[in-house]
Amino acid sequence: MKMELIVAAILVVFIGAFAYVSSTGNHEWSGADVQAGNTIDKLTGGTYQPWANSIWTPPSGEIESLLFALQAAFGSLIIGYFLGYYRGLAKARDAATSEEQ
Amino acid sequence: MHIMEGFLPLQWCVFWFALSLPVVAYGAYKMSKMMKANREILPLLAVSGAFIFVLSSLKMPSVTGSCSHPTGTGMGAVLFGPWMTSVMSMIVLIYQAIFIAHGGLTTLGANTFSMGIAGPIVGYLVYKGSMKYGINMYIAVFLAALLADWSTYIVTSIQLALAFPAASGGVLASFEAFLAVFAITQIPLAIVEGAVTALMFKYIVQLRSDVLVKLDVASPSIINKLKEMSA
Repeated sequence: MKMELIVAAILVVFIGAFAYVSSTGNHEWSGADVQAGNTIDKLTGGTYQPWANSIWTPPSGEIESLLFALQAAFGSLIIGYFLGYYRGLAKARDAATSEEQ
Repeated sequence: MHIMEGFLPLQWCVFWFALSLPVVAYGAYKMSKMMKANREILPLLAVSGAFIFVLSSLKMPSVTGSCSHPTGTGMGAVLFGPWMTSVMSMIVLIYQAIFIAHGGLTTLGANTFSMGIAGPIVGYLVYKGSMKYGINMYIAVFLAALLADWSTYIVTSIQLALAFPAASGGVLASFEAFLAVFAITQIPLAIVEGAVTALMFKYIVQLRSDVLVKLDVASPSIINKLKEMSA
């Protein structure tokens, strides 16, 4: 249980830092990837033109967040399934060894 | 760390593809060999890939007032090494390039290199080095995942600096400019990623420590010590 508590504490500090930063001044909370694009503009004086565009862009922020959520959901499903499978295996193994005794 | 579609000059796209593709190809070869030889390891491989899927989808706010995301590659790097982690990372990056317009197909080589190769190599070396010095395994995993995450963004900054040297100050000046975007933003995220990855390893030690021994991630004596500690 100890480690879960440590991780929870780290998350609380993380959330606290976010709450503090967002309460002190205006922030865009934009993505660092996009900011890097702006830095490229600054460094080249706006002369660099991206020579390719995404083959498909989600038509709205809602649809983009749907696809991100699906990505996370799909991943979590696999993690939960296999950790549960392992837990069941371990239990069955324990039961088998205690029966033998 | 996603370099956006079209945001690298063609010659750099080619350069990073030339570095990444052989690594991914060899990783895929190693993966298929391991999957045939050892079916037992398959679930853990799936979990490592899924972990990258989950973590790289979470865009989190940071202390700098901007958002970024963890990479999730530390777990795969510790368990399976950088070769196979590069394959898993590339799959995630292709998904994001095609469906979410994050990163891109032209920059796929560069993004695979930073997230799937450079970061995992750092994580792998940090883990092995920490274990050699007898550091607690969970702390070793924490450090490995933290530094795999953080170094990924440093490498992205290098990649961008090389492609876009500043008019005055050259590559070094623009490296600083890109570091300003990525480096500090990423520190809190990397710490969270390290902690969550270490927690995952606690469950793996509890449930399938035999696989950890088989993958040469930890020796039986280390596993026994960890189990005694938590018991």
